[in-house]
Amino acid sequence: MTITGERGVGASRSYKVVGTSPIRHDGVDKVTGRARYGADINMAGLLHGKILRSPHAHARIRSIDTSKAEALPGVRAVATAKDFPIVQMQELDFGGAQRNSRMMADNDLAYRKVLYQGHAVAAVAATSPHIAEEALELIKVDYEILPTVLTWKDAMKENAPLLHESLTKRFTMDRSSQGKDTGVRSNVASQIQFKLGDIEQGFREADVTVEREFTTQTVHQGYIEPFACTASWGPDGRVTIWTSTQGIFGIRETVAGIMDIAESAVKVVPMEVGGAFGGKGIGYMEPVAAVLSKKSGHPVKMVMSRKEVFLGTGPTSAAFMRCKIGADKSGKITAAKLHLVYEAGAYPGSPVGGGASTGLSAYKIDNVLIDGYDVVCNKQKTQAYRAPGHPQAAFAVEQVLDELAEKLGMDPMDLRLKNVARQGDRAPTGVPHARVGFKEVMEAMKAHPHYSAPLEGINRGRGIAVGYRLNGGGSGSSATINVNADGTVNVITGSMDLSGTRVSIAMQVAEVLGIAAEDVLPQVVDTDSVGWTGGSGGSRITFDTGRAAISGAEDVLRKMAQRAALLWDVQAEDVQFKDGVFFCAKNPKDKLSFKELAGKLMATGGPVTCSAMDKQGGVGAQLAGNIVDVKVDPETGKVDILRYTAFLDVGKAVHPAYVEGQIQGGTLQGIGWALNEEYFFTPAGAMANSSFLDYRMPTTLDLPMIEAVIIEVANPRHPFGVRGVGEGPIVPPLAAVANAVYRATGARMYGLPMSPGAILEAVEEQQPKKR
Amino acid sequence: MQDFEYVAPTTLAEAIRLMNGNGLRTKALAGGTDVLVQMRGRRFAIDRLVDVKNIPELNELSCTESDGLTVGAAVPCCNIYEDVIIQRLYPGLVDAASLIGGIQIQSRATIGGNLCNSAPSGDTIPALMVQDATCEIAGPNGRRTVPVVLFCTGPGQNVLQRGEILVALRLAAPKANYGSHFLRFIPRNEMDIAVVNVGASVLLDHAKRRIVSAKIALGSVAPTPVLARKAMDFLAGKEATEATIEEAAEAAKSAARPIDDMRGTIKHRVHLVGVLTKRALQGAILRARGEE
Amino acid sequence: MGERVHVRTNINGDAADFLCEPRQSLLEALRDILGLTGTKEGCNDGNCGACTVIMDGRILDSCCVLAVEAEGKTITTIEGIAPLDGLHPIQQAFLEEAALQCGICTPGFIVAAKALLDREPDADEARIRHWLAGNLCRCTGYDKIVRAVLKAGEMMKQGPAIGQRAGVLGGKAGGTEAGKSVEDVYMA
Repeated sequence: MTITGERGVGASRSYKVVGTSPIRHDGVDKVTGRARYGADINMAGLLHGKILRSPHAHARIRSIDTSKAEALPGVRAVATAKDFPIVQMQELDFGGAQRNSRMMADNDLAYRKVLYQGHAVAAVAATSPHIAEEALELIKVDYEILPTVLTWKDAMKENAPLLHESLTKRFTMDRSSQGKDTGVRSNVASQIQFKLGDIEQGFREADVTVEREFTTQTVHQGYIEPFACTASWGPDGRVTIWTSTQGIFGIRETVAGIMDIAESAVKVVPMEVGGAFGGKGIGYMEPVAAVLSKKSGHPVKMVMSRKEVFLGTGPTSAAFMRCKIGADKSGKITAAKLHLVYEAGAYPGSPVGGGASTGLSAYKIDNVLIDGYDVVCNKQKTQAYRAPGHPQAAFAVEQVLDELAEKLGMDPMDLRLKNVARQGDRAPTGVPHARVGFKEVMEAMKAHPHYSAPLEGINRGRGIAVGYRLNGGGSGSSATINVNADGTVNVITGSMDLSGTRVSIAMQVAEVLGIAAEDVLPQVVDTDSVGWTGGSGGSRITFDTGRAAISGAEDVLRKMAQRAALLWDVQAEDVQFKDGVFFCAKNPKDKLSFKELAGKLMATGGPVTCSAMDKQGGVGAQLAGNIVDVKVDPETGKVDILRYTAFLDVGKAVHPAYVEGQIQGGTLQGIGWALNEEYFFTPAGAMANSSFLDYRMPTTLDLPMIEAVIIEVANPRHPFGVRGVGEGPIVPPLAAVANAVYRATGARMYGLPMSPGAILEAVEEQQPKKR
Repeated sequence: MQDFEYVAPTTLAEAIRLMNGNGLRTKALAGGTDVLVQMRGRRFAIDRLVDVKNIPELNELSCTESDGLTVGAAVPCCNIYEDVIIQRLYPGLVDAASLIGGIQIQSRATIGGNLCNSAPSGDTIPALMVQDATCEIAGPNGRRTVPVVLFCTGPGQNVLQRGEILVALRLAAPKANYGSHFLRFIPRNEMDIAVVNVGASVLLDHAKRRIVSAKIALGSVAPTPVLARKAMDFLAGKEATEATIEEAAEAAKSAARPIDDMRGTIKHRVHLVGVLTKRALQGAILRARGEE
Repeated sequence: MGERVHVRTNINGDAADFLCEPRQSLLEALRDILGLTGTKEGCNDGNCGACTVIMDGRILDSCCVLAVEAEGKTITTIEGIAPLDGLHPIQQAFLEEAALQCGICTPGFIVAAKALLDREPDADEARIRHWLAGNLCRCTGYDKIVRAVLKAGEMMKQGPAIGQRAGVLGGKAGGTEAGKSVEDVYMA
């Protein structure tokens, strides 16, 4: 059969479903309170688990006495790291970075050492959460307190205490490889390096050079739903886990690894996810709940408090950046150097590779040297946060470019446009760019009315910045499509829906099948019920799982064409499909809509069900851009965001309303990171502001409406041109707001957060005579 | 949270008896927005929680031009700031009551509770201090009256003795040419604890030009909210000019003895005392002149 | 001390009695005792609004109220917002305006917005932002939430007919089957 319509790309291509904004399929449940999230579970005999956490940032565990806790009425089980089989089987090692089960076991329950304040050391299951909490106070842990290595700076000092005796520095020039082991014992877990051309020669060619140093602090994803999971260990040795996570198969692998059981003995059932942003890419409590359930013979539910979320999960890295960029008089960048140091927290694995491989990639620069260092210290083990590592690097690069433009007397957008990278240009990673829309985004920014609108009033400033995002993908997605007799189809995936991917996948299937989005019923199911699927991260679901679903839908059309051929007594090749209708090329009177044919499947050979898998990988790159106007109170240092316009090349917006939502949400997080959010540590390494009261995320009153501008430069790797939208929007705001504050105050902000006090200090330094 | 006994007496006498409670650790519960969070955070443990919201005297809210304002200790903030007479007569108090937490918190949180919590940053306390509010306290030894200015004795500490309950706050009827204002500085626009807060009140002469007397109270800059006495003394008898206000604002800084913490540095807080004192005085003067 | 207390309330129009410990919050009673899990816990200290309910006409954070304090009170939770035959205009507007992403803060926002629009159907953007400042959302940037509440205000002024538009997906909603597939789960 032939499917009419171009299965390739093009902004010119017209769609029936893609590009509209239907109501999401899970919407009714979510506006009525029926949707079930991680903590919304109850069952007969359910116990409640709670975790005891270290008050110290760095200490050796001499002993743990749980006897009093075990004796408390209502307590049914107590667990420590010794209950994890993997801990008995192997020593802590640092291979495999993100999915190292031994390392995760050590983070889930500390064995020999605690490495940050809040590190879990023991857990209790009891008949009520209150009793479990009381029992925690009865556990005696004997700590030998060690010197705290709180920051990257402390960790890189000569003779700094080592967090891990066995950790040696690795060196790599490829983000996807761990590189070679240098054998040097250090808190520096790894160095990543990218080189292009001759950096010295490049700077010699420059007429103007700007070199600056920048810092950012530890920040949290700030999802509103705390981590929550329930485990039920059956007498047959099989365990079922209900959890709020970005990836059920990752949880399955981790639990199986830590508990030393077969992956197939673990069934992970996804609950709705109340925000994740990378932070729920791994779990923390599932293996603990599994141990407690195994020991108690009851299902065990564990829900973190907000304080535990701050102390016991992975925020993103505090970072240090040194950036040097040189350009000739015409504004052409001749050389750029970027030195990045990212805190990994307690175990190796900061997103420094994300910063190193993206910070300069929006530009065509012939001479580049980028060095990135992954450094362990006594803070929470960092975890992905929306475009991991990108915003910190962009904060540095986009401010240096702003200064450079000023020195050159150039419009900041013109400087960027002059150096914009295009298809075929080599990124600093050495990889040539595919078809990208960097230039289109920059041109759209410059042409937008906001760019040229007059900014009236004192103490106001307008800033711009762009942000390059390298979307991930390729871990693999499965999808199954079942045709129902009423003409609807079920689409079954294992892709957790973090923010509207059920609808974006369903729409792609509907587009292929020529039916309405409402007639495609997307289902997210457990690990026993769908093929292996990687986690929802890297802005990959609408792209990867979408591609698997498209492929399954095309298979459905082929199978249904065979049924039509049977009915019409023709060859399958004679059946054509267009606009939702099957028809016979030989006898145009023979035609059946998708719905009509769906009703005849049982009579023509049985149900049609198609499964597909996609593992081609590499969503590709995109550019985000911001224009922001701020007002700074010169007496208090407080910043008000007056106007915000956020641009993103999305390839193709499948559901434009939710694409806008992604842009607006990423912008909010970027603004929070820029202005007020930070982990505030005491010198001993305790987080002083572990509540939503003092970890100041933006409220309704802190933002104006955010204009989202969607740019569509189709991605050749996706049938509809999708590029992914989740992460790009958080890359530019840090620098954009800083550039705006500079215009409003004359003070450059080299550190985050740009709190009122910090802004006043910077203004004072800049203009000592004025105040 | 540890287990405890919950009681909800309907008379003041019963409440005092329950609060006094035979060696039990007791605590009064009004809006609960501080007490419950602190108990959950294990800041203290109690044996008995005495809910005072069912006692008539603690629910009194009366405001007249002649008798002034009586606010029962269990009256939530929303009832105060929604009262049109209070809005007109005590705008400085309304400023404070309407910016504690969000709307949800304001449905529960009480001025009495804010005072009894005795946090250095308590938002209503400076507003009460500059309006000469007094506390009606009842206890096993009868009733007594304590000026709000003397109520707090340290962070989380106050003059209440065992078994005593704060019944109500009383504010005298405002005089003519009198104005009050309250300001808080926070990094966000809502929901934060004050980095610094400042209450100010002024009484102007008949011509509304000269300051007869002024009061300035500062929060979050000392173990308790404090009066900026030097600035107050300075203002008495002065013309209400920008220069005078600037000088008073500078003088107010000397009353600030803040700490460095996650909410602000010493330097920024002292600086903000000057900025907020200036702005609060300007606001109070405008109100005294009937220009706002 | 600490004996369980019998509490009598009216929740979403029905009499609801329960036994609770004094230390249990109203949020715990709703979720763990009564199975009304639509009310969410985000912070448990009154700083995110995810647990917002209406009690005797006022919105409050149910984490900051003891269950025993609910004696004799009338309470509305997210489960009580929609009419029997459809959705409340605010719910409908949230769907149409794409005002939710992960959805965890959505019940709190809808309950808070209902209390506002019942009092002030003409609330403008500034008023809506002020009223909702106690509700945190981390996904949307608030833009579409504010627009949805503005739209709902318009819809409510046009009368109940719009509010009761049933079947937003023609009765074929895919739903959050992840939760529904849970075995042995008590339904609210």
